[in-house]
Amino acid sequence: MNYNELVAIKERALKAMGPRAADHTLKEIKERTVLVCGGTGCTSGKSRVILEEFREEVAKAGLSDRVKVIMTGCFGLCALGPVVIVYPEGAFYSQVHPEYVHEIVESHLVNNTVLTKYLYKETVKEEGVIKALNETDFYRKQHRLALRNCGVIDPENVEEYIARDGYLALYKVLTSMSQDDVVKVMLDSGLRGRGGAGFPTGRKWMFAKASQADKKFVLCNADEGDPGAFMDRSVLEGDPHAVLEAMAIAAYTIGSDQGYIYVRAEYPIAVQRLRIAIKQANEYGLLGNNIFGTGFNFNVEVRLGAGAFVCGEETALMVSIEGNRGEPRPRPPFPAVKGLFAKPTILNNVETYANVAQIILNGAEWFASMGTEKSKGTKVFALGGKITNTGLVEVPMGTTLREIIEEIGGGIPNSKKFKAAQTGGPSGGCIPAEKMDVAIDYDNLIAIGSMMGSGGLIVMDEDNCMVDIAKFFLEFTVDESCGKCTPCRIGTKRLYELLTKVTNGTAELEDLDKMEELCKYIKENSLCGLGQTAPNPVLSTLRYFRDEYVAHVVEKRCPAGVCKNLVSYSIQPDKCKGCTACARKCPVGAISGTVKNPHVIDKAKCIKCGACMATCKFGAIVKG
Amino acid sequence: MAQNAKVPFNGTKAQADELEKVLKGLKNVEGALMPALQQAQDIYGYLPIEVQEVIADRLGVSLAEVFGVATFYSQFTLTPKGKYKIGVCLGTACYVKGSGEIYAELQKQLGIESGITDDLVYSLDATRCIGCCGLAPVMTVNDDVYGKLTKDQIAGILAKYKA
Repeated sequence: MNYNELVAIKERALKAMGPRAADHTLKEIKERTVLVCGGTGCTSGKSRVILEEFREEVAKAGLSDRVKVIMTGCFGLCALGPVVIVYPEGAFYSQVHPEYVHEIVESHLVNNTVLTKYLYKETVKEEGVIKALNETDFYRKQHRLALRNCGVIDPENVEEYIARDGYLALYKVLTSMSQDDVVKVMLDSGLRGRGGAGFPTGRKWMFAKASQADKKFVLCNADEGDPGAFMDRSVLEGDPHAVLEAMAIAAYTIGSDQGYIYVRAEYPIAVQRLRIAIKQANEYGLLGNNIFGTGFNFNVEVRLGAGAFVCGEETALMVSIEGNRGEPRPRPPFPAVKGLFAKPTILNNVETYANVAQIILNGAEWFASMGTEKSKGTKVFALGGKITNTGLVEVPMGTTLREIIEEIGGGIPNSKKFKAAQTGGPSGGCIPAEKMDVAIDYDNLIAIGSMMGSGGLIVMDEDNCMVDIAKFFLEFTVDESCGKCTPCRIGTKRLYELLTKVTNGTAELEDLDKMEELCKYIKENSLCGLGQTAPNPVLSTLRYFRDEYVAHVVEKRCPAGVCKNLVSYSIQPDKCKGCTACARKCPVGAISGTVKNPHVIDKAKCIKCGACMATCKFGAIVKG
Repeated sequence: MAQNAKVPFNGTKAQADELEKVLKGLKNVEGALMPALQQAQDIYGYLPIEVQEVIADRLGVSLAEVFGVATFYSQFTLTPKGKYKIGVCLGTACYVKGSGEIYAELQKQLGIESGITDDLVYSLDATRCIGCCGLAPVMTVNDDVYGKLTKDQIAGILAKYKA
């Protein structure tokens, strides 16, 4: 492969990709492209069946030469999945059932009439005209950089990646930049690690380059273990070559010829697309030996995790690749000096890599012009929980939580009240409503007791109990603590027991002080990041929602009505119509009363299952 | 994990041959133990001690080391799974939307805390985030995904998977 060949592929592929940009001005449409989302969310919603249906229906209608049907990566709006987009109109069909396909093909592709009834409502203007996707609330404030190819290209076709400037950055680096040039660009760009800790990527590369050794390694951390975080998976599923190209650039910079991608086994689609991408890149001479005829060699291997959260920690990840129990080791020596197989190693996160080629092509200044003073560029968040637009969003650093939740996320469903947003997973904290206007970046989040983490953002409403949430995360860390160091192994367990006392209603006020003291001890003494950050969910909820803890301890009451031991159900006599529905539903016969007269719950018999409340049509049953 | 009695190991010749082939291919690979265990579990469905012994022998590591790795990672299982493997996502997005209740309902209907039912038909596990948070709360039965669940759908879903 040489430059001319690469450019020739780019031009050929661009043509073949056809109209994949929304163009509303076209009078006559000759060709169409149907994009079906192949992300995990939509695939779980049968998007593969939909893809096959489209191919079949298009063939049956005799449109095969004019309509391309392609499976892409994630579009981001998972709440509306499965999603199908038809270009050039940019018609965004949401919650598509396989049964709709025939109708869509018939109307839209054959008769040129967009089927408005199946479109995402936000994209339909009053007069029946389609609004461009990037004018909708969900996409308008987004800036897709790491996700630029997700939902645009076919991730299983390297030529479509090349069409979008793919591997041009690698060519540029190999033919016109020294190793120090690359380090400088990375340093100047201000790119910081997207896995959570925010260490400057350029410095990591600089240290590894400076280490002398016969062998060095470039690793990609795709062990996205944070529950509720799926941005790395989406990049791997939607744009795997972006990661491979960046790893090759990193390898050239530090003087390595071997890379490993450590990816969660729970992500079968991502693993499969990575393997396809590696195979294609090798076939095109974009990986392997003597890349672009420069004498530079680089090979990449995929290694699967096996379900251990701690392996997201860099030293644990390396010992896991070596085939051992994933237990972290003390640093120094840092991996840049002594990492995988005791050789100098750099480890970057998937999303970090997804920015690299763009930085090389567009320059450090371009990247540094986005974001805040100390956090440059964009950040991808996985929005989940009690939010209307569940999905993947990418915004410039410095965007506020309010913008993300209320504007992009469409607010909280069922007219409930926002209570908190959790960032950073089990290592992060809960951000209360009064902090919603803080500009999100690495440093601000730490200042308010949370952290960026890998980018999971879970929204909670008034029905979520903050003590219960803290306990949920502690249960996770207790389970995932590798057991090597005592502060984490025993400390998190004791902390979990104290939290259980609170949710059971057996704690006393001094237990809250004990918890704080224990948190401090665990933070200061644990060996690795897992233990050092494990107390954050407890500390941040104690800081912002202490009144909820106090209600559990003093009043023996769970204000959100979640903690079973502290909840009791009762029937409001003025609202009860005596329909007997609840009495019939109660599994333990705790409800008594006669027809058309108010019923009562025998609290001694009640097992607090909540079946009565779910059954009552009159809202007569309350818990509290 | 499973509180059930040990199921006797009954690996077939074909499985043993396949394992030998896999281990041969991993002979000179650095850090081969994890891929070996993963592929062995694909072949047998779990990692009984008999299989661990073979792996230890062929890769030249101690059985203690193999056992140590096999018990460290949650994806490795030393006991067989049911014909229908049920997983309930207890990731944060699912949890705040009530997946805990879904899990409790499955425990009730299957009559097990976790692990495998006595007839070896169902096994139940709480899983980590499977990444389709838009569908929360989510459960899986083998490769089928059920999303936006409520408690009363459980009986109907289980009815589709009979011995």
